[in-house]
Amino acid sequence: MTVSTMLSLLSEGFVTSLLIFALTLLFSMPLGLAVMFGRRSRLTPLRGFIKAYISIMRGTPLMLQLMVVFYGPKLLLGVTVPGNWRFTAVIVAFVINYAAYFAEIYRGGIESIPRGQYEAAQVLGYTKAQTFFKIILPQMVKRVIPAVTNEVITLVKDTSLASVIGTVEMFTRAKQIVASPNTPGMLALVAAGVFYYVFNYVVAFAMEKWEQVLRYYR
Amino acid sequence: MAVFEMRNARKAFGLLEVLKGVSLKVEKGEVVSIIGPSGGGKSTMLRCATLLETMDSGTLAYGENVAAREENGKSVYAGKAALAQVRRQFGLVFQQFDLFPHYTVLKNVCDAPISVQKRDKAEVEAEAMALLDKMGLKGKENAYPYQLSGGQQQRVAIARALAMKPEILFFDEPTSALDPLLTGEVLRVIRSLADEHMTMVIVTHEMPFARAVSDRVVFLDGGVIVEQGSPEQVFENPQQERTREFLKSYRETSGAQA
Repeated sequence: MTVSTMLSLLSEGFVTSLLIFALTLLFSMPLGLAVMFGRRSRLTPLRGFIKAYISIMRGTPLMLQLMVVFYGPKLLLGVTVPGNWRFTAVIVAFVINYAAYFAEIYRGGIESIPRGQYEAAQVLGYTKAQTFFKIILPQMVKRVIPAVTNEVITLVKDTSLASVIGTVEMFTRAKQIVASPNTPGMLALVAAGVFYYVFNYVVAFAMEKWEQVLRYYR
Repeated sequence: MAVFEMRNARKAFGLLEVLKGVSLKVEKGEVVSIIGPSGGGKSTMLRCATLLETMDSGTLAYGENVAAREENGKSVYAGKAALAQVRRQFGLVFQQFDLFPHYTVLKNVCDAPISVQKRDKAEVEAEAMALLDKMGLKGKENAYPYQLSGGQQQRVAIARALAMKPEILFFDEPTSALDPLLTGEVLRVIRSLADEHMTMVIVTHEMPFARAVSDRVVFLDGGVIVEQGSPEQVFENPQQERTREFLKSYRETSGAQA
Protein backbone atom coordinates (compact mmCIF):
# COMPACT_ATOMS: atom_id res chain seq x y z
CA MET A 1 0.00 0.00 0.00
CA THR A 2 1.34 3.37 -0.95
CA VAL A 3 1.31 6.37 1.30
CA SER A 4 -1.21 8.12 -0.93
CA THR A 5 -3.61 5.14 -0.80
CA MET A 6 -3.25 5.20 2.97
CA LEU A 7 -4.01 8.89 3.14
CA SER A 8 -7.03 8.57 0.89
CA LEU A 9 -8.38 5.74 3.10
CA LEU A 10 -7.86 7.87 6.19
CA SER A 11 -9.50 10.88 4.54
CA GLU A 12 -12.54 8.79 3.72
CA GLY A 13 -12.74 7.82 7.36
CA PHE A 14 -12.21 11.40 8.36
CA VAL A 15 -15.34 12.46 6.49
CA THR A 16 -17.35 10.06 8.67
CA SER A 17 -15.62 11.35 11.82
CA LEU A 18 -16.46 14.88 10.76
CA LEU A 19 -20.08 13.91 10.18
CA ILE A 20 -20.35 12.34 13.64
CA PHE A 21 -18.80 15.47 15.13
CA ALA A 22 -21.09 17.90 13.30
CA LEU A 23 -24.33 16.00 13.83
CA THR A 24 -23.55 15.47 17.52
CA LEU A 25 -22.98 19.19 18.06
CA LEU A 26 -26.00 20.15 15.97
CA PHE A 27 -28.36 18.09 18.13
CA SER A 28 -26.70 17.94 21.54
CA MET A 29 -26.17 21.68 22.04
CA PRO A 30 -29.89 22.61 21.81
CA LEU A 31 -30.93 19.37 23.53
CA GLY A 32 -28.57 20.31 26.38
CA LEU A 33 -30.57 23.51 26.81
CA ALA A 34 -33.80 21.53 27.19
CA VAL A 35 -32.10 19.13 29.62
CA MET A 36 -30.81 22.11 31.62
CA PHE A 37 -34.36 23.45 31.94
CA GLY A 38 -35.51 20.02 33.12
CA ARG A 39 -32.68 19.90 35.64
CA ARG A 40 -33.79 23.30 37.03
CA SER A 41 -37.50 22.51 36.87
CA ARG A 42 -39.70 22.99 39.90
CA LEU A 43 -41.41 19.68 39.09
CA THR A 44 -39.68 17.23 41.39
CA PRO A 45 -40.30 14.07 39.29
CA LEU A 46 -38.97 15.73 36.13
CA ARG A 47 -35.95 17.09 37.97
CA GLY A 48 -35.29 13.67 39.53
CA PHE A 49 -35.53 11.95 36.16
CA ILE A 50 -33.11 14.42 34.55
CA LYS A 51 -30.68 14.10 37.46
CA ALA A 52 -30.69 10.31 37.08
CA TYR A 53 -30.17 10.60 33.32
CA ILE A 54 -27.23 12.98 33.73
CA SER A 55 -25.76 10.77 36.43
CA ILE A 56 -25.87 7.69 34.18
CA MET A 57 -24.46 9.53 31.16
CA ARG A 58 -21.56 10.87 33.20
CA GLY A 59 -21.07 7.77 35.30
CA THR A 60 -20.68 5.11 32.58
CA PRO A 61 -18.25 4.92 29.66
CA LEU A 62 -19.43 6.37 26.35
CA MET A 63 -18.02 3.25 24.71
CA LEU A 64 -20.46 1.13 26.73
CA GLN A 65 -23.33 3.51 25.97
CA LEU A 66 -22.59 3.15 22.25
CA MET A 67 -22.86 -0.62 22.54
CA VAL A 68 -26.08 -0.48 24.56
CA VAL A 69 -27.74 1.83 22.04
CA PHE A 70 -26.54 -0.17 19.05
CA TYR A 71 -27.22 -3.71 20.35
CA GLY A 72 -30.09 -2.81 22.70
CA PRO A 73 -33.03 -3.03 20.29
CA LYS A 74 -31.89 -6.45 19.06
CA LEU A 75 -30.89 -7.95 22.42
CA LEU A 76 -33.70 -6.50 24.54
CA LEU A 77 -36.62 -6.36 22.13
CA GLY A 78 -35.58 -8.65 19.31
CA VAL A 79 -36.18 -5.78 16.93
CA THR A 80 -34.05 -5.05 13.92
CA VAL A 81 -34.11 -1.37 13.22
CA PRO A 82 -34.35 -0.71 9.48
CA GLY A 83 -32.00 1.63 7.64
CA ASN A 84 -28.44 2.40 8.60
CA TRP A 85 -28.92 1.71 12.31
CA ARG A 86 -25.20 1.49 12.97
CA PHE A 87 -24.63 5.13 12.09
CA THR A 88 -27.91 6.32 13.63
CA ALA A 89 -27.03 4.53 16.88
CA VAL A 90 -23.68 6.34 16.95
CA ILE A 91 -25.38 9.72 16.61
CA VAL A 92 -28.07 8.86 19.18
CA ALA A 93 -25.51 7.70 21.74
CA PHE A 94 -23.24 10.70 21.21
CA VAL A 95 -26.10 13.18 21.31
CA ILE A 96 -27.65 11.94 24.55
CA ASN A 97 -24.22 11.68 26.18
CA TYR A 98 -23.03 15.15 25.15
CA ALA A 99 -26.39 16.79 25.90
CA ALA A 100 -25.97 15.74 29.53
CA TYR A 101 -22.56 17.41 29.74
CA PHE A 102 -23.70 20.54 27.91
CA ALA A 103 -26.72 20.80 30.21
CA GLU A 104 -24.47 20.93 33.25
CA ILE A 105 -22.16 23.47 31.63
CA TYR A 106 -25.14 25.67 30.73
CA ARG A 107 -26.49 25.29 34.26
CA GLY A 108 -23.21 26.53 35.69
CA GLY A 109 -23.37 29.52 33.35
CA ILE A 110 -26.96 30.41 34.07
CA GLU A 111 -26.58 30.09 37.83
CA SER A 112 -23.62 32.46 37.81
CA ILE A 113 -25.75 35.32 36.42
CA PRO A 114 -26.67 37.77 39.20
CA ARG A 115 -30.26 37.76 40.42
CA GLY A 116 -30.38 41.50 39.76
CA GLN A 117 -30.50 40.81 36.02
CA TYR A 118 -33.74 38.88 36.40
CA GLU A 119 -35.17 41.46 38.78
CA ALA A 120 -34.30 44.40 36.54
CA ALA A 121 -35.93 42.59 33.61
CA GLN A 122 -39.01 41.76 35.67
CA VAL A 123 -39.49 45.32 36.86
CA LEU A 124 -39.15 46.58 33.28
CA GLY A 125 -41.95 44.23 32.28
CA TYR A 126 -40.04 41.74 30.11
CA THR A 127 -41.85 38.41 29.76
CA LYS A 128 -40.11 35.24 30.95
CA ALA A 129 -39.22 34.32 27.35
CA GLN A 130 -37.89 37.81 26.58
CA THR A 131 -35.87 37.77 29.78
CA PHE A 132 -34.29 34.47 28.84
CA PHE A 133 -33.55 35.12 25.19
CA LYS A 134 -32.62 38.82 25.38
CA ILE A 135 -30.99 39.16 28.77
CA ILE A 136 -29.90 35.82 30.19
CA LEU A 137 -28.92 33.65 27.20
CA PRO A 138 -26.39 36.07 25.64
CA GLN A 139 -24.63 36.46 28.98
CA MET A 140 -24.76 32.73 29.60
CA VAL A 141 -23.17 31.98 26.21
CA LYS A 142 -20.23 34.25 27.00
CA ARG A 143 -19.69 32.60 30.35
CA VAL A 144 -19.79 29.00 29.09
CA ILE A 145 -17.56 29.29 26.02
CA PRO A 146 -14.34 28.13 27.74
CA ALA A 147 -16.06 25.05 29.20
CA VAL A 148 -17.85 24.33 25.92
CA THR A 149 -14.51 24.54 24.07
CA ASN A 150 -13.15 21.79 26.32
CA GLU A 151 -16.16 19.64 25.56
CA VAL A 152 -16.00 20.19 21.80
CA ILE A 153 -12.31 19.27 21.75
CA THR A 154 -13.06 16.11 23.69
CA LEU A 155 -15.79 15.30 21.17
CA VAL A 156 -13.32 15.43 18.28
CA LYS A 157 -11.25 12.72 19.95
CA ASP A 158 -14.30 10.78 21.19
CA THR A 159 -15.53 10.23 17.63
CA SER A 160 -12.92 7.44 17.55
CA LEU A 161 -15.06 5.50 20.03
CA ALA A 162 -17.60 4.87 17.26
CA SER A 163 -15.20 2.22 16.02
CA VAL A 164 -16.31 -0.06 18.89
CA ILE A 165 -19.53 -0.90 17.02
CA GLY A 166 -17.80 -1.08 13.67
CA THR A 167 -18.46 2.37 12.27
CA VAL A 168 -15.85 3.01 9.63
CA GLU A 169 -14.54 6.38 10.72
CA MET A 170 -10.93 7.53 10.71
CA PHE A 171 -9.78 5.56 13.75
CA THR A 172 -11.27 2.32 12.39
CA ARG A 173 -9.46 2.95 9.10
CA ALA A 174 -6.18 3.51 10.92
CA LYS A 175 -6.58 0.23 12.81
CA GLN A 176 -7.36 -1.61 9.58
CA ILE A 177 -4.25 -0.22 7.91
CA VAL A 178 -2.10 -1.24 10.87
CA ALA A 179 -3.54 -4.76 10.80
CA SER A 180 -3.07 -5.42 7.08
CA PRO A 181 0.26 -6.80 5.84
CA ASN A 182 2.75 -4.66 3.92
CA THR A 183 1.28 -1.34 5.00
CA PRO A 184 2.92 1.72 6.57
CA GLY A 185 1.18 0.96 9.90
CA MET A 186 3.05 3.32 12.16
CA LEU A 187 2.72 6.06 9.60
CA ALA A 188 -1.08 5.54 9.50
CA LEU A 189 -1.31 6.03 13.27
CA VAL A 190 0.81 9.15 13.16
CA ALA A 191 -1.19 10.50 10.22
CA ALA A 192 -4.47 9.87 12.07
CA GLY A 193 -3.02 11.67 15.07
CA VAL A 194 -2.12 14.62 12.85
CA PHE A 195 -5.67 14.71 11.46
CA TYR A 196 -7.15 14.83 14.97
CA TYR A 197 -4.64 17.42 16.10
CA VAL A 198 -5.18 19.75 13.16
CA PHE A 199 -8.94 19.39 13.50
CA ASN A 200 -8.72 20.36 17.16
CA TYR A 201 -6.38 23.19 16.39
CA VAL A 202 -9.03 24.62 14.07
CA VAL A 203 -11.74 24.07 16.72
CA ALA A 204 -9.70 25.84 19.40
CA PHE A 205 -8.89 28.68 17.01
CA ALA A 206 -12.55 29.18 16.07
CA MET A 207 -13.70 29.12 19.69
CA GLU A 208 -11.04 31.63 20.66
CA LYS A 209 -12.22 33.94 17.87
CA TRP A 210 -15.77 33.63 19.18
CA GLU A 211 -14.58 34.51 22.68
CA GLN A 212 -12.83 37.57 21.27
CA VAL A 213 -15.98 38.66 19.47
CA LEU A 214 -17.87 38.59 22.77
CA ARG A 215 -15.18 40.57 24.54
CA TYR A 216 -16.92 43.85 23.68
CA TYR A 217 -18.53 43.80 27.11
CA ARG A 218 -17.68 42.57 30.58
CA MET B 1 -56.58 59.03 44.04
CA ALA B 2 -53.22 58.04 45.46
CA VAL B 3 -50.57 57.02 42.96
CA PHE B 4 -49.50 54.23 45.26
CA GLU B 5 -51.13 52.62 48.23
CA MET B 6 -49.97 49.72 50.34
CA ARG B 7 -52.12 48.73 53.29
CA ASN B 8 -51.26 46.61 56.25
CA ALA B 9 -48.48 44.70 54.47
CA ARG B 10 -47.15 41.70 56.32
CA LYS B 11 -44.28 39.54 55.20
CA ALA B 12 -42.39 36.77 56.96
CA PHE B 13 -39.41 34.76 55.80
CA GLY B 14 -39.90 31.50 57.69
CA LEU B 15 -40.23 32.49 61.32
CA LEU B 16 -38.73 35.92 60.79
CA GLU B 17 -41.44 38.53 60.51
CA VAL B 18 -39.97 41.34 58.45
CA LEU B 19 -43.04 43.48 57.82
CA LYS B 20 -45.61 43.63 60.58
CA GLY B 21 -48.40 45.62 59.03
CA VAL B 22 -46.96 48.51 57.03
CA SER B 23 -49.22 51.04 55.31
CA LEU B 24 -48.01 53.73 52.94
CA LYS B 25 -49.92 56.01 50.64
CA VAL B 26 -48.16 58.29 48.16
CA GLU B 27 -49.89 61.12 46.35
CA LYS B 28 -48.98 62.45 42.92
CA GLY B 29 -45.88 64.64 43.00
CA GLU B 30 -44.94 63.59 46.50
CA VAL B 31 -41.37 62.68 47.44
CA VAL B 32 -41.19 60.23 50.33
CA SER B 33 -37.96 59.10 51.95
CA ILE B 34 -37.82 55.93 53.97
CA ILE B 35 -35.10 55.83 56.59
CA GLY B 36 -34.28 53.38 59.33
CA PRO B 37 -31.73 50.82 60.45
CA SER B 38 -30.65 47.89 58.25
CA GLY B 39 -32.87 44.89 58.77
CA GLY B 40 -35.77 47.15 59.69
CA GLY B 41 -37.80 46.12 56.66
CA LYS B 42 -37.10 49.00 54.24
CA SER B 43 -35.87 46.87 51.36
CA THR B 44 -38.53 44.20 51.87
CA MET B 45 -41.19 46.85 51.78
CA LEU B 46 -39.82 48.22 48.53
CA ARG B 47 -39.55 44.72 47.07
CA CYS B 48 -43.17 44.02 47.99
CA ALA B 49 -44.23 47.33 46.46
CA THR B 50 -42.43 46.48 43.19
CA LEU B 51 -43.72 42.90 43.05
CA LEU B 52 -40.30 41.35 43.53
CA GLU B 53 -41.68 39.76 46.69
CA THR B 54 -45.24 38.80 47.49
CA MET B 55 -46.89 39.96 50.71
CA ASP B 56 -48.39 37.39 53.05
CA SER B 57 -51.25 39.71 53.80
CA GLY B 58 -52.21 43.27 52.96
CA THR B 59 -53.30 45.09 49.83
CA LEU B 60 -51.41 46.88 47.10
CA ALA B 61 -52.68 49.27 44.44
CA TYR B 62 -51.34 51.73 41.89
CA GLY B 63 -54.02 54.28 41.11
CA GLU B 64 -56.98 52.27 39.90
CA ASN B 65 -54.87 49.19 39.25
CA VAL B 66 -55.14 46.70 42.09
CA ALA B 67 -52.13 44.42 42.38
CA ALA B 68 -53.24 42.57 45.51
CA ARG B 69 -56.42 42.49 47.55
CA GLU B 70 -56.99 40.73 50.82
CA GLU B 71 -59.17 37.68 51.37
CA ASN B 72 -59.43 35.82 54.69
CA GLY B 73 -56.33 37.57 55.95
CA LYS B 74 -54.22 36.61 52.93
CA SER B 75 -53.02 38.68 50.00
CA VAL B 76 -54.55 37.58 46.72
CA TYR B 77 -52.64 38.82 43.69
CA ALA B 78 -54.24 39.83 40.41
CA GLY B 79 -53.73 37.79 37.23
CA LYS B 80 -50.75 37.97 34.91
CA ALA B 81 -52.22 40.58 32.56
CA ALA B 82 -53.34 42.83 35.41
CA LEU B 83 -49.92 42.62 37.04
CA ALA B 84 -48.27 43.47 33.72
CA GLN B 85 -50.47 46.58 33.69
CA VAL B 86 -49.43 47.37 37.28
CA ARG B 87 -45.76 47.08 36.32
CA ARG B 88 -46.20 49.85 33.80
CA GLN B 89 -47.06 52.20 36.65
CA PHE B 90 -43.78 52.11 38.52
CA GLY B 91 -40.03 52.08 38.03
CA LEU B 92 -37.28 50.86 40.34
CA VAL B 93 -33.67 51.92 40.65
CA PHE B 94 -31.49 49.28 42.30
CA GLN B 95 -28.66 49.60 44.76
CA GLN B 96 -26.35 47.69 42.40
CA PHE B 97 -27.66 49.45 39.23
CA ASP B 98 -28.24 46.09 37.50
CA LEU B 99 -27.75 47.43 34.00
CA PHE B 100 -27.64 44.87 31.20
CA PRO B 101 -23.88 44.52 30.57
CA HIS B 102 -24.23 43.30 26.97
CA TYR B 103 -26.27 46.33 25.89
CA THR B 104 -24.96 49.80 25.16
CA VAL B 105 -26.15 52.67 27.32
CA LEU B 106 -28.69 53.64 24.67
CA LYS B 107 -30.01 50.10 24.33
CA ASN B 108 -30.27 49.73 28.09
CA VAL B 109 -32.55 52.75 28.09
CA CYS B 110 -34.50 51.97 24.90
CA ASP B 111 -34.96 48.25 24.81
CA ALA B 112 -37.84 47.89 27.28
CA PRO B 113 -39.93 50.76 25.85
CA ILE B 114 -39.45 49.24 22.39
CA SER B 115 -39.82 45.53 23.10
CA VAL B 116 -42.13 45.62 26.13
CA GLN B 117 -44.24 48.73 25.53
CA LYS B 118 -44.02 48.25 21.73
CA ARG B 119 -43.42 51.93 21.18
CA ASP B 120 -41.95 53.49 18.06
CA LYS B 121 -38.19 52.97 17.93
CA ALA B 122 -37.22 56.37 16.54
CA GLU B 123 -39.41 58.20 19.03
CA VAL B 124 -38.08 56.17 21.99
CA GLU B 125 -34.50 56.76 20.90
CA ALA B 126 -35.03 60.48 20.60
CA GLU B 127 -36.53 60.59 24.08
CA ALA B 128 -33.72 58.44 25.42
CA MET B 129 -31.09 60.79 24.02
CA ALA B 130 -32.82 63.70 25.73
CA LEU B 131 -32.99 61.76 29.00
CA LEU B 132 -29.29 60.85 28.82
CA ASP B 133 -28.48 64.47 28.16
CA LYS B 134 -30.48 65.47 31.22
CA MET B 135 -28.60 62.85 33.28
CA GLY B 136 -25.30 64.41 32.22
CA LEU B 137 -24.45 61.44 30.01
CA LYS B 138 -24.23 63.10 26.65
CA GLY B 139 -21.81 61.24 24.40
CA LYS B 140 -22.02 58.05 26.46
CA GLU B 141 -24.85 56.46 24.49
CA ASN B 142 -22.63 53.96 22.71
CA ALA B 143 -20.57 53.02 25.77
CA TYR B 144 -21.05 49.72 27.57
CA PRO B 145 -21.81 49.73 31.30
CA TYR B 146 -18.35 48.41 32.28
CA GLN B 147 -16.79 51.51 30.71
CA LEU B 148 -18.67 53.82 33.07
CA SER B 149 -18.14 54.83 36.69
CA GLY B 150 -20.63 53.65 39.30
CA GLY B 151 -22.25 57.07 39.39
CA GLN B 152 -22.65 57.12 35.62
CA GLN B 153 -24.07 53.60 35.67
CA GLN B 154 -26.61 54.59 38.28
CA ARG B 155 -27.64 57.60 36.21
CA VAL B 156 -28.14 55.30 33.22
CA ALA B 157 -30.29 53.10 35.47
CA ILE B 158 -32.39 56.14 36.40
CA ALA B 159 -32.76 57.02 32.71
CA ARG B 160 -33.73 53.41 31.98
CA ALA B 161 -36.49 53.59 34.59
CA LEU B 162 -37.71 57.01 33.40
CA ALA B 163 -37.86 55.90 29.76
CA MET B 164 -40.79 53.68 30.75
CA LYS B 165 -42.69 56.81 31.81
CA PRO B 166 -43.66 55.50 35.23
CA GLU B 167 -46.19 57.21 37.48
CA ILE B 168 -43.91 56.62 40.45
CA LEU B 169 -40.24 55.83 40.82
CA PHE B 170 -38.75 53.79 43.66
CA PHE B 171 -35.11 53.96 44.70
CA ASP B 172 -33.54 51.20 46.79
CA GLU B 173 -30.51 52.78 48.48
CA PRO B 174 -29.38 54.25 45.16
CA THR B 175 -26.05 55.55 46.46
CA SER B 176 -25.01 52.80 48.89
CA ALA B 177 -22.58 51.30 46.39
CA LEU B 178 -20.97 54.66 45.57
CA ASP B 179 -18.20 56.77 47.05
CA PRO B 180 -19.09 60.28 48.30
CA LEU B 181 -18.15 62.05 45.07
CA LEU B 182 -20.26 59.75 42.91
CA THR B 183 -23.03 59.83 45.50
CA GLY B 184 -23.24 63.58 45.03
CA GLU B 185 -23.76 63.37 41.28
CA VAL B 186 -26.53 60.78 41.63
CA LEU B 187 -28.26 62.74 44.39
CA ARG B 188 -28.19 65.88 42.23
CA VAL B 189 -30.05 64.00 39.51
CA ILE B 190 -32.67 62.74 41.96
CA ARG B 191 -33.05 66.22 43.35
CA SER B 192 -33.68 67.63 39.87
CA LEU B 193 -36.43 65.04 39.44
CA ALA B 194 -37.95 66.15 42.73
CA ASP B 195 -37.91 69.73 41.46
CA GLU B 196 -39.98 68.54 38.50
CA HIS B 197 -42.43 66.90 40.92
CA MET B 198 -41.69 63.35 39.91
CA THR B 199 -43.47 61.07 42.39
CA MET B 200 -40.73 59.17 44.23
CA VAL B 201 -40.15 56.83 47.15
CA ILE B 202 -36.51 56.75 48.20
CA VAL B 203 -35.00 54.29 50.62
CA THR B 204 -31.80 55.96 51.77
CA HIS B 205 -29.16 56.35 54.44
CA GLU B 206 -28.29 59.85 53.22
CA MET B 207 -29.98 61.85 55.96
CA PRO B 208 -29.12 65.39 54.81
CA PHE B 209 -30.35 64.45 51.35
CA ALA B 210 -33.59 62.93 52.67
CA ARG B 211 -34.18 66.04 54.66
CA ALA B 212 -33.56 68.39 51.77
CA VAL B 213 -35.48 66.59 49.09
CA SER B 214 -38.49 64.96 50.77
CA ASP B 215 -42.01 66.12 51.40
CA ARG B 216 -42.39 63.36 53.94
CA VAL B 217 -39.97 61.17 55.87
CA VAL B 218 -40.93 57.71 57.08
CA PHE B 219 -38.96 55.98 59.81
CA LEU B 220 -39.25 52.22 59.51
CA ASP B 221 -37.88 49.92 62.20
CA GLY B 222 -38.72 46.42 63.40
CA GLY B 223 -41.13 45.92 60.52
CA VAL B 224 -43.40 48.82 61.44
CA ILE B 225 -43.59 52.50 60.58
CA VAL B 226 -42.51 54.00 63.89
CA GLU B 227 -42.97 57.60 62.89
CA GLN B 228 -43.58 59.76 59.86
CA GLY B 229 -43.96 63.42 59.09
CA SER B 230 -42.35 66.38 57.41
CA PRO B 231 -38.53 66.35 57.38
CA GLU B 232 -38.50 69.12 60.01
CA GLN B 233 -40.77 67.13 62.33
CA VAL B 234 -38.91 63.84 62.01
CA PHE B 235 -35.39 65.24 62.11
CA GLU B 236 -35.81 68.11 64.56
CA ASN B 237 -38.60 67.02 66.79
CA PRO B 238 -38.97 63.24 66.67
CA GLN B 239 -41.79 62.00 68.87
CA GLN B 240 -40.67 58.43 69.33
CA GLU B 241 -37.77 57.20 71.42
CA ARG B 242 -36.62 54.77 68.69
CA THR B 243 -36.46 57.57 66.14
CA ARG B 244 -34.41 59.72 68.51
CA GLU B 245 -32.00 56.86 69.17
CA PHE B 246 -31.58 56.12 65.48
CA LEU B 247 -30.91 59.75 64.59
CA LYS B 248 -28.56 60.15 67.53
CA SER B 249 -26.45 57.15 66.57
CA TYR B 250 -26.49 58.36 62.98
CA ARG B 251 -25.18 61.79 64.02
CA GLU B 252 -22.51 60.27 66.25
CA THR B 253 -21.14 57.99 63.53
CA SER B 254 -21.37 60.37 60.58
CA GLY B 255 -20.52 63.62 62.27
CA ALA B 256 -22.93 65.25 59.86
CA GLN B 257 -25.82 67.39 60.91
CA ALA B 258 -29.14 66.03 59.83
